Amino acid sequence: MSCLQTIQDYGLRAVGIGERLLPRDDFTLCQQFTLIGSGMIWNIYFGVLALIAGFFFATALGVGKSSTNPWFRKPAEWLIFIFRGSPLFIQFFFGYFLFLTLKSQYAFFDPFTAAWLGALIVLFLNTAAYSGEIFYGALLSIPKGDVEAADAYGLTGWNRFRRVIWPTMLRLAWPAYTNEAIFLFHATTLVFFSGFPAWQQRGDALYYASYFADKTFNPFVPYPILAGYFILLTIIVISIFGLINGRLNRHLPQTQRSKMRLRPNLIR
Amino acid sequence: MFPFCADPEQLDSLRWTLCYLTTGKHMNLYWSVLTVLVLLGITAPVALSFGFAGASAARSAFAPLRWFGKTYIALVRGVPDIAFFLFFVIALDQAIEYVRHRVLCPDWSEPVRQGNDFVVCQAAKMPLGEAPQWVHETYGFFIAVLTFAIVFGAFAANVLFGAMRAVPHAQLETAAAYGMSTRQTFWRVLVPQMWVYALPGLSNLWMVLIKATPLLFLLGVEDIVYWARELGGSKTPRFTDYPHGDWRMWYFLGLLVFYLAFTRVSEIALDRLMKRLTHGQATAGGEAQRKAAA
Repeated sequence: MSCLQTIQDYGLRAVGIGERLLPRDDFTLCQQFTLIGSGMIWNIYFGVLALIAGFFFATALGVGKSSTNPWFRKPAEWLIFIFRGSPLFIQFFFGYFLFLTLKSQYAFFDPFTAAWLGALIVLFLNTAAYSGEIFYGALLSIPKGDVEAADAYGLTGWNRFRRVIWPTMLRLAWPAYTNEAIFLFHATTLVFFSGFPAWQQRGDALYYASYFADKTFNPFVPYPILAGYFILLTIIVISIFGLINGRLNRHLPQTQRSKMRLRPNLIR
Repeated sequence: MFPFCADPEQLDSLRWTLCYLTTGKHMNLYWSVLTVLVLLGITAPVALSFGFAGASAARSAFAPLRWFGKTYIALVRGVPDIAFFLFFVIALDQAIEYVRHRVLCPDWSEPVRQGNDFVVCQAAKMPLGEAPQWVHETYGFFIAVLTFAIVFGAFAANVLFGAMRAVPHAQLETAAAYGMSTRQTFWRVLVPQMWVYALPGLSNLWMVLIKATPLLFLLGVEDIVYWARELGGSKTPRFTDYPHGDWRMWYFLGLLVFYLAFTRVSEIALDRLMKRLTHGQATAGGEAQRKAAA
């Protein structure tokens, strides 16, 4: 079987298109590359959707936490504390069993026990909490002069937020937010190890990598392949976020632009 | 556990709960909480020493050692940590067995890796095939500790490397001017001063380490996640005296609260430690303390 044939059979296996059965023996390098790469579809799916949806909620949480009104502040503080203070792994388990319990009573919750929706919701809330804290920190460090200038121009309420506070907050938070995005993509690998079933063996990259490691009892091939894919993904994320960073800082002189600094990845 | 637990069907709900929560299997759950604490207790210092070694190596004047330190630190960037966990557990196990195989069975001619199998001689198995169950469990636990230490050692190395660079350079130059050797400067000037710069990073790391402990489950240790799943699943009256529905949600809620409480307590403790360490330091925090006292 040629490599092209393998790619045709397994390239979209993670979303259920192509060959039904996973390879059982005589694993080729091509099969491992193709299947693990196919699993990356799920990692990108979870990461991108959770990041986009989480961004807006995180802004709301950041603003809520810095609000003086306790009716906004307290819920935001608690949500951030709960999702940042507990392991994501436990959150996945709890979310899955919560949806399972709800499903037994209301048919509406049927799709929530599947990974594509249930895990996405957990990831969405998790990333919103982490980014919300970042945005809160950025809101606190907005230069006093910027806000005073906005007041002097007669900007108030929504206009002041939209034109002055929000862009400055994003500019200050962006390097940390880039790290958060990278962690989020790494965190997506936990999904299929935490209760959410991989229906018809449609799993993510790590699911297939550990499948190969179990079958061949040789971790030295699939995990480095997985690592390679993730390093590639990390580089793509960094370059996209770098472009946005450039746009956010375009009004500043070259020397004053905030540099993107990367911190080592950490588990949550 | 209690004498009145003999016939659970006759009990009122409060006593039933009390008896239910003290069954033998629940004792296993409580033991596994202890396992987590032991893991943290062992891993934290080991990872810190790995980190210290890594950071010192990355600063070394001897190029290969420096490359080794930098590679070790850089290795953990860009790759999901859970992949490291899954990788190291098998890789360490195989490395140990391979070395024992080479030493103990020198006249073995067949290759170790035969297709999809990893074959070593009986004497090289780790632990030995006839060893009792607890040896297997302890061995698995220590492989897990070593894995945690390697991964978190790299994080700690990164933090300590940054902290070593944050110590004002004038201090090191002064030490050199006093005629101290490189070694003396390192141990007497650099190391005592770096902790205050390292503490924020290290306390962050401690929080992350706490939150990484449920991953023990993936390493095949019977930890709290394992027992929560086991105990929470629905039980029929045929197999247990305490039948109940699917309670896994509540067990995991309990774990969630446990971790929240643990991180909160650590947060408070680390805040206090930071206050003590910044006392009298030439940093913004130390200056603020001085002004508040005056």
